[in-house]
Amino acid sequence: MRTAIDPATAAAMVPDGATVMIGGFMGVGSPHRIIDALVARDARDLTIIANDTARRGVGIGKLISAGCVSRAIVSHIGTNPETQKKMLAGEILVDLVPQGTLAERVRAAGAGLGGVLTRTGVGTLVAEGKTVLSVGGEDFLLELALGADVALLAARTADYSGNLAYALTARNFNPLMALAAKLVIAEPDEIVPVGVLPPDAVHTPGVVVHHLLQRLRSV
Amino acid sequence: MDSKELIARRVAMELVDNTLVNLGIGLPTLVANYVPRGIHVFFQSENGIIGFGAPPPEGMEDVYLTDAGGAFVSALPGAVAFDSAMSFALIRGGHLAMTVLGGLQVDQRGHLANWMVPGLIVPGMGGAMDLVSGARRVVVAMNHMQKNTSKIVTELTLPATSARPVSLIVTELAVIEPTSAGLVLRETAPGVAVADVIRATAAALIVPDSVPAMILA
Repeated sequence: MRTAIDPATAAAMVPDGATVMIGGFMGVGSPHRIIDALVARDARDLTIIANDTARRGVGIGKLISAGCVSRAIVSHIGTNPETQKKMLAGEILVDLVPQGTLAERVRAAGAGLGGVLTRTGVGTLVAEGKTVLSVGGEDFLLELALGADVALLAARTADYSGNLAYALTARNFNPLMALAAKLVIAEPDEIVPVGVLPPDAVHTPGVVVHHLLQRLRSV
Repeated sequence: MDSKELIARRVAMELVDNTLVNLGIGLPTLVANYVPRGIHVFFQSENGIIGFGAPPPEGMEDVYLTDAGGAFVSALPGAVAFDSAMSFALIRGGHLAMTVLGGLQVDQRGHLANWMVPGLIVPGMGGAMDLVSGARRVVVAMNHMQKNTSKIVTELTLPATSARPVSLIVTELAVIEPTSAGLVLRETAPGVAVADVIRATAAALIVPDSVPAMILA
């Protein structure tokens, strides 16, 4: 059985300086209450691994505004001018990674692989400093696995075994990150008794999830 | 008709029945409004859905049903949702028939730049590098000029999105196809002369004997 913790307890499990994966795409499928708690506890020097930094005042955008982040490994910052400004001012280090490559690097870390080979980025700035391997006469970039200290996920439904089911486009990076960090905390909309989620409906097996965030309102 | 609508209506003519198509944020999204009669395509959004449709009526939005720009969409019958690894496996794995993307520059060899202006605007590539490297056809939908400067150039001055050339360029003036011989002028927009296109293009154009006018969806 998994314990359900409150947001402040979850935020306290994320030490300053940690590398933190955060699920979500433009804030959709991000663990918003844990993010708020990280801002409230004034987290510092976090390295964020995520698809994007959302918008100002939304999801990861709040962590950027509050100065919690020193480095962001993301595919896109165009929707958050503040991230761009802080990057150009040298306040945040931003590593831009092609979105599909980011997904596969996270997946590789969680799947016990050292990395993946992709055509994406060959012959561009992204290839700088990377190994190019020829497979069947074609060039591929070697992209290394990317793991983290903590993964903060959002799900629609969890049970107390930690099993998770996601909603529509809120799934995105969450199931990949669930396997790629040493500590995994999930923020579900609802927690149902074990047995309610049909085995076929589970997207992330509970064995990889360490803690669940308490529901917003208890029944 | 404004230039965006013209470009979108011409790009829509490239849609092939019963195929998977990805539309980029901005102008490319408009293509979905002009799907020709009798053509059914599946639109993918890289945040993890195939089969999204127009935004639902106000008040009926689902906060967990959005496109890659974060805008609310609907799900059409047969829609399917998946994670980011599946989304990009579809994109890179040869399963995506066509992608339509915006552009900052395209050069003589068909190389696209659309993800950063060093030191000025650095939005990041998002899914663009995977899309250009992996889609079976890559169509660039963009204005021909930016502040009186041609976006179709001899050599990119901005960082490339991919070493792979794009398949077709559609602007408010012309349809241009990158080939191994160079950029071929395939069509002109209604009321636009070949000389107008040449004047607005910084790269050399190969002009066939016959250059028909665009047919719009």
